[in-house]
Amino acid sequence: MRAALLVIMLLTAPLGAQQPEAQPPKPVDEYVPVSQLPPQDQLPAAPLLVTAYSFVWIALFGYLVSVAHRLTKVQREVERLESDISKGSRT
Amino acid sequence: MPKWFMPLAGLAGVMFAASPFVIASVRYESTMGLVQKIFYYHMPSASMFLISAVVCGIASARYLFKGSPRQDRLAYAAAELAVLFGAITLVTGPLWARKAWGVWWTWDVRLTASLMGWMVAWAYLLVRKYGGPGSDKLAAGLALFGMANVPFVYISVNYWRTIHPKTSVVPTLPADMGGALWFSFASFLLLFVLLLRLRVHLEEQRAKLDSLYLSLDE
Repeated sequence: MRAALLVIMLLTAPLGAQQPEAQPPKPVDEYVPVSQLPPQDQLPAAPLLVTAYSFVWIALFGYLVSVAHRLTKVQREVERLESDISKGSRT
Repeated sequence: MPKWFMPLAGLAGVMFAASPFVIASVRYESTMGLVQKIFYYHMPSASMFLISAVVCGIASARYLFKGSPRQDRLAYAAAELAVLFGAITLVTGPLWARKAWGVWWTWDVRLTASLMGWMVAWAYLLVRKYGGPGSDKLAAGLALFGMANVPFVYISVNYWRTIHPKTSVVPTLPADMGGALWFSFASFLLLFVLLLRLRVHLEEQRAKLDSLYLSLDE
């Protein structure tokens, strides 16, 4: 019985394989010149350039603001502690 | 903060504000066109990323062997800048590559090694923040790995078959393109020095705060 099923599967397998299927697009993993790309993949350069420059400016400015914020917070606490200590030493 | 800080901060601001105009005035590269102008920010930020990793590694080595807290503060500051400039490099690179190579990312040796270096810098910061007592020395060890990765990132394009441009591209640039690139590089270098000094100052203030808390407890 098992042998019969195996024979049927082996005989019908090539039939299934021969059925037409939609082929997935071939993955691109090596250098492809821009001119050879399909039209839907040819992105205009300006949005990429603007995104890159915007990211750089926002990242640098954001980091500067972050450091300034942390520094202000620590300096305030240092001043508060120094005044507490000086008050404590006077009493 | 030292006296030189504010005048240089003003100069860095002016240079950064002028850099898009300087870059826009340069001619287009013949094969890539407009998108190649990302290069003028990508290459200097990548250089600052590698410099940060080297500064962090050298300071960490000195901290491990000499135990100087000053070097530890410098290493911590440099690691944060490695994450910042690494992020800029790893974002601007794919934006350029999508147009120039047709892919956002490829597991090219330089790209992979750069990603590894960036992850080591992140690991350094995470160990410092959540590692508990002794994490400073553990993080310093990590920084040595980060520094060891730097020459590998730099020479990889010359030794392996890769789609990333070689290091020999920069010296062969025409005068106007080279001028804009070095102007941008100088802006990034100046900003790097200023941010490093500011970040070290933050660590100095934190150390001062810790000593004040200790004196209160006593």
